[in-house]
Amino acid sequence: MSQNFIYFLWDCLQYFINGIAQGSLYAMVALGYTMVYGIIRLVNFAHGEFLMIGAMCGFYALRANLPMPAAILVAMLSSGLIAIIVERVVYRPIRKSGRIPALITAIGTSLFFQYFGQLVFGADPKTIPPFIEEKIFNLGEINVSNVQIAIFCITLFVLLFLFWLTHYTKVGKAMRAVSYNLPAAELMGINTNKIISFTFFLGAALAGLGGMLMGYTMSVEPMMGMNLGTKAFVAAVVGGIGIIPGAALGGFIIGIAENLVAGLYKSSLRDAVSFFILILILLVKPSGILGKNMKEKV
Amino acid sequence: MGYYHGILLLVGIFITLTLSLNLINGFCGQFSLGHAGFWGAGAYASAVYSVFYAFPLPAPINMLIAIAVGFIAAAICGLIIGVPCLRLRGDYLAIATLGFGEIVRISIMNTEMVGGPRGFINIPHWANIWWVYGVAFVIALFMFNLKRSAFGRAIISIREDEIAAENMGVNLFNSKLFSFTIGAGIAGMAGALFAHTQQFLHPSNFNFMWSVIILVMVILGGQGSVTGSIIGAVILTIVPEALRYAGGTVAEWRMTIFPVLLIILMMAKPEGLFGAHEISFRKRSEG
Repeated sequence: MSQNFIYFLWDCLQYFINGIAQGSLYAMVALGYTMVYGIIRLVNFAHGEFLMIGAMCGFYALRANLPMPAAILVAMLSSGLIAIIVERVVYRPIRKSGRIPALITAIGTSLFFQYFGQLVFGADPKTIPPFIEEKIFNLGEINVSNVQIAIFCITLFVLLFLFWLTHYTKVGKAMRAVSYNLPAAELMGINTNKIISFTFFLGAALAGLGGMLMGYTMSVEPMMGMNLGTKAFVAAVVGGIGIIPGAALGGFIIGIAENLVAGLYKSSLRDAVSFFILILILLVKPSGILGKNMKEKV
Repeated sequence: MGYYHGILLLVGIFITLTLSLNLINGFCGQFSLGHAGFWGAGAYASAVYSVFYAFPLPAPINMLIAIAVGFIAAAICGLIIGVPCLRLRGDYLAIATLGFGEIVRISIMNTEMVGGPRGFINIPHWANIWWVYGVAFVIALFMFNLKRSAFGRAIISIREDEIAAENMGVNLFNSKLFSFTIGAGIAGMAGALFAHTQQFLHPSNFNFMWSVIILVMVILGGQGSVTGSIIGAVILTIVPEALRYAGGTVAEWRMTIFPVLLIILMMAKPEGLFGAHEISFRKRSEG
């Protein structure tokens, strides 16, 4: 093999690893989409905005001299609370009137928070100050930073936590029951409204965590939710919307594909990659990689 | 005068756009979130014709050709995205069209010939307000007649219930593809008019936000109502501009008022202001 080819392979590996780190972020945000969709069949377009609000609140918490773990907690709680309020005020009244009005309402909510964020927080990008020293490990020709490893580990931990929650706790079992059949779950004595609120809280809290990590690696701005939110959503659909491992898988796929294309071909096509994969998946298997096909009944 | 003239132009272009989306979304019930992509495809295609390949003909004839180019380019896009995607339903179709609209925008950004992210300049000023309203009028007439025709009723029956429509002998795929392609093509005509009145195009004119705004115009007016679409387009183009003059807090917060109104509308009247009804000056007793 020629020297160039070996370097090309090293490059690929480097982009692959960067992709896994970025994909972890997408996966974390995609989990929220997937849980909400799984439970009430709503594409929550405002999910990216929950992320933005979480990151903003975390930023202001840091500015108020709180330590980083406390700021992350503030970010998760604030986005979770906003999600509960939005669900109670906006989504619950509209739930009965069909999917398209609900979708439009979600888009409206998303736009509202984008402009609200610009007016309240200001449109300028804000940077979260580093709180751990970034170390870069060299493995052969590739570089891995400890921040990337931390993000990956946090995502892994979140996934295990969700697995435990949905399989071994009462509230998790109730969530699965509601997503399987809402009226039947209600008849079995599950308070579905509470479970739906809890799902929104959980999803948005994860989005807040994702927003903090995102803000740590890039910057925090009112429109950040739009871009990250759509990509996470694409990840959720690619993996199979409504399925928790699917969201993680989709997130990694999108992250890796984006970094490979941006690194090896053209970085301005980065945003098109995810949509291209999305359309491909929708054509081949609309229910997603891990999804089951559902027949429509008359 | 220039400012009001500009708004009037935009109103006319948005009437055409809203009518075209109404064909897809209101008549046929297919939820499309990538309409700005078709609009942009038509705008850029017609501008490429008029800047690089224009025949030495008088401007009005060239403008007609440019509109035709815009129509054909956007209709081909509609066909390409429609054939595979119209198998999808509801929110999946919405996501696929959203993705498509973004792909169109990013492709334009990466095409050096049309200026890429700097925008497309030096487009000839062939169209004026008469062109804009002439086209809007023709399209409105077309929609009225389509709605009353047998084929139009078949399309509307798809919106009401796909399975029932198929049982009554409506060819689902062909009808959906027709409304999708023609709707996209008409958006392309609006794009051609936009290009030749503004004389400048920029990819950010055609992002997701504009797809949503056109959609809101359709929904405000009522899905399936031609007069409703026209009124929706007029209200939603003029009101945000008028709020600029309201001063102080209102002017600052006008872009947040807009989504709040949308949410309230969805809660109170999900079928839009007019539903599927038309404003009519004829007596009701006929129907």
